[in-house]
Amino acid sequence: MHLSLRQICKRFDGHLVLDAISLDLEKVHTLVLIGPSGGGKSTLLRIIAGLEYPDSGEVSLNGEPVVFEEPMLLRHRRTIGTVFQAFNLFPHLTALQNITLPLEKVHNHPPAEAEEIARKLIDRFRLEKHSAKRPAELSGGQRQRVAIARAVSIKPRLLLFDEPTSALDPEMTADVLDMIQELRQEGRDFVLVTHEMGFARQIAEHVAVLSDGRIAESGPVQQIFENPAQPATRQFIAKVLKY
Amino acid sequence: MQWSRLFVAPSPADKTPLPLWLKACNFAIALLLISLAFYFPFQRLAYHLRWDSVYTYRQMFFLGWLTTISISIGSLLLSTTIGLLAALAQRSRLLPLRYLSKIYIELVRGTPLLVQILIFFYVVADALGVSDRYLVGILTLSFFSGAYISEIIRAGIESIGKSQLESARAIGLTRSQTYRFVIFPQALRQTLPPLAGQFVSLIKDSSLLSVISINEFTWNAQAVNSRTFSTLESYIPLAAGYLILTLPISLWTRYLERKHRFET
Repeated sequence: MHLSLRQICKRFDGHLVLDAISLDLEKVHTLVLIGPSGGGKSTLLRIIAGLEYPDSGEVSLNGEPVVFEEPMLLRHRRTIGTVFQAFNLFPHLTALQNITLPLEKVHNHPPAEAEEIARKLIDRFRLEKHSAKRPAELSGGQRQRVAIARAVSIKPRLLLFDEPTSALDPEMTADVLDMIQELRQEGRDFVLVTHEMGFARQIAEHVAVLSDGRIAESGPVQQIFENPAQPATRQFIAKVLKY
Repeated sequence: MQWSRLFVAPSPADKTPLPLWLKACNFAIALLLISLAFYFPFQRLAYHLRWDSVYTYRQMFFLGWLTTISISIGSLLLSTTIGLLAALAQRSRLLPLRYLSKIYIELVRGTPLLVQILIFFYVVADALGVSDRYLVGILTLSFFSGAYISEIIRAGIESIGKSQLESARAIGLTRSQTYRFVIFPQALRQTLPPLAGQFVSLIKDSSLLSVISINEFTWNAQAVNSRTFSTLESYIPLAAGYLILTLPISLWTRYLERKHRFET
């Protein structure tokens, strides 16, 4: 993917959450955002997803600028798959229906085709036994996997993960991370916000450390984890990898 | 023989269900106590119930009962429509519409139904030239109930968590698609119990329409009373008639609430 962020600024209630964020990545498949809580990672992800409007700055994906105005932003959102930390699925629909809903209503697949696409993904991610269950009957890990299947089903040009495993226990976390690893091996483009440092290290190509609304450091994964330039980054990595 | 076991439920920690015969017996005891409470005052008054005089007017009672049913159903349909429109108007992006519905709701909920009936009938209907009392009755009751129903619907819509709206937005659903596929299916389940409760209120409130001489149940009972001077014999069947309508709905509401309690 070619992701370009230029001077992105965002304020919430007078508090500066993103301070002139600039990043230019070419031919990078996986970008991982790490950093202390409140650093602005989620906000930046939401801006890329088209769910939040930046106060100023420009975003451009694969050469196309993202226009932050409603009809065009809706089209942009339809090409992006997003997975949040929790509450992704609609509780009144089964797992299968959660996946077919955007396929049918947003991307206008005929119902039979939508179901076929959904079932293929369900089989691939080993969720066949759970396809007719409602989210309340699924475990956290299963829910997140259905959410990922839903995000992938629309063949997005970019996948965004906002701390997908933060609400899960270690065993479920491993299941979900396995799934993300598979997607990585397929060569999909994604931006991931996570606290799972070990995983970030394995899966990232490029890492950006966000702290206090600014990019403290940004570079290829090896550089950030083995040879961080900034003391703040060094501190952060040491703290997180302590246990 | 532990007598207390017959009348006292075990402590909440003991979760064994109560046998049906025990519940039935105690229910019968409660009914008996209430009947006794009514019986003794009447004994003292040496009041002789004269059912035969009222029996001759049974046709009036029955027709009145049917009229109440038809007014209630008509008002239910109209008020649900009004309530739905008002709830959506409150969330509309068109500002005058939003404030229109807010004013409507506050006015209607803040004034007694009786006052609204009188104003509607003696002022508004006169001015608009609507002479059919029956229609005026349905309109007034619908406007009244509509405000309450709109609040019920609004609560149902707002109970849908913001995260779901965000999820819908993220997958690219438009606003109307979000309403259709995400909000309404869930809001419907939430609003059905309070909506059924509102229907019960509607049936009872329709009795106030008697003040503008609509030939519904209460008016007819009052008419029979004025002809036979048998007050109790007119009003007890009146109460029973309303109970026959409201009790099944109440029980259905309880059933709905129980069913949906596990569906969060």
